[in-house]
Amino acid sequence: MKLEELRFGTELIKRGFASMQKGGVIMDVVNAEQAHVAEDAGAVAVMALERVPADIRATGGVARMADPQKIIEIMDAVSIPVMGKVRIGHFVEAQVLEALGVDMIDESEVLTPADEQFHIDKTRFSIPFVCGARDLGEALRRINEGAAMIRTKGEAGTGNVVEAVRHMRAIMGGIRALKGMDNQELIARAREIEAPADLVIECAKLGRLPVVNFSAGGIATPADAALMMQLGADGVFVGSGIFKSSNPEATARAIVEAVNHYDDPKVIAGVSRGLGEAMKGLDVHTLREEEVLQTRGR
Amino acid sequence: MGVKVGVLALQGDVAEHIAAFRDALSDRPGSSVVPLRKAADLAGLDALAIPGGESTTISRLIVKNGLYEALREFEGGVFATCAGMVLTADRVDDTRVRPLGLIPMRVERNAFGRQVDSREALLEVKGLAEPFRAVFIRAPVATEVGPGVEVLARIPEGIVAARSGRHMAFAFHPELGGDLRLHRMFLQGLEV
Repeated sequence: MKLEELRFGTELIKRGFASMQKGGVIMDVVNAEQAHVAEDAGAVAVMALERVPADIRATGGVARMADPQKIIEIMDAVSIPVMGKVRIGHFVEAQVLEALGVDMIDESEVLTPADEQFHIDKTRFSIPFVCGARDLGEALRRINEGAAMIRTKGEAGTGNVVEAVRHMRAIMGGIRALKGMDNQELIARAREIEAPADLVIECAKLGRLPVVNFSAGGIATPADAALMMQLGADGVFVGSGIFKSSNPEATARAIVEAVNHYDDPKVIAGVSRGLGEAMKGLDVHTLREEEVLQTRGR
Repeated sequence: MGVKVGVLALQGDVAEHIAAFRDALSDRPGSSVVPLRKAADLAGLDALAIPGGESTTISRLIVKNGLYEALREFEGGVFATCAGMVLTADRVDDTRVRPLGLIPMRVERNAFGRQVDSREALLEVKGLAEPFRAVFIRAPVATEVGPGVEVLARIPEGIVAARSGRHMAFAFHPELGGDLRLHRMFLQGLEV
């Protein structure tokens, strides 16, 4: 091996890391004990948080990056990758998480945005980023800034899958609509959706996003997770849905299996039996405008 | 004659493995590359790819889906990358993974550290005339190999490519990056 030929943090390594998560479930955890439950259930990674989104909603105030002590506690507890959230545009929180050695950063609308104009320039980091999106244009703007993975925003902390469905349909439908367009039409579409033309052309050619596309924001049951997979997700994030349910261990295992067998209703029926209460959840139509998280960053 | 390849499709970069094998077999009419999730689908396969992903997750799903014994008894060649390398070993220093024991070697998970330590490197691989651009992502290494296992590449951290009969295991990802020389070497070794 030629040492001078070593390269760290290339696009291939960042997107490759995201590819290794495909077909998997990434679970929000707030301590070492929950991280163990997630790993034992078969999670492909955990998101280390101070509070799950449902509690962030309940607590109010400014939501920031978690205490590094908390993140280190979780990193020490498990062998699977550990992710952490930073505020939109807060590149110093991202520098801190990179210094701690987290495996991926989520630039997340669940935390209070630090910059209402710009997202983080993710090309300046050697660790990969995941970002939320509500439609194809937003997904491609984030990829253009260096995101190695996209997730639907959904409406975090509600346990209500309706917004994740809306966003996944918008992204997948947006890609399907590119089919059959010639180059000029693709460039015109790129202008309409405020996305770089080269990325729109790449999507048309691939028939999908050029990076891994997960679903997040309201997934609470095995059937929710399988729904998002059938709609075209490469995997799912489950936030409050596991540790706000009455039986987190069983719910975590059931969601992992539902993602693995997303196209087999018999398996989904089997794993859904006797799970107890799912998280209570919120009707997104009752949220006040300032309580809606998905409109943060665009 | 065509070659039938299955890709273990429980979790990980399954689509990348399917695409790479399809490319490598594009000049072999009658070949097929299919995702595999059930033990019954192993029948008639010449080769099986075990992809990269999370070894703890894939291991759990192998057991849960009743694939453990069937995979241990698979008689074709196995092409394993990253998490796949962990799973094909017979010894893993981690009780969270139940390895399949297809290649006599001891494997250490996440031997490089965390994602910040993931890297691309030009690697000399035995049997290749030119170096291979290897992509290591939270990669494992083999720390010792048993009799009959040929070491194809080694770095300071340990062994990163090995061959045992028709099986090949890599700590890196030949399915990413478009260089198919190791796929071709594997297919030649199948002698079908």
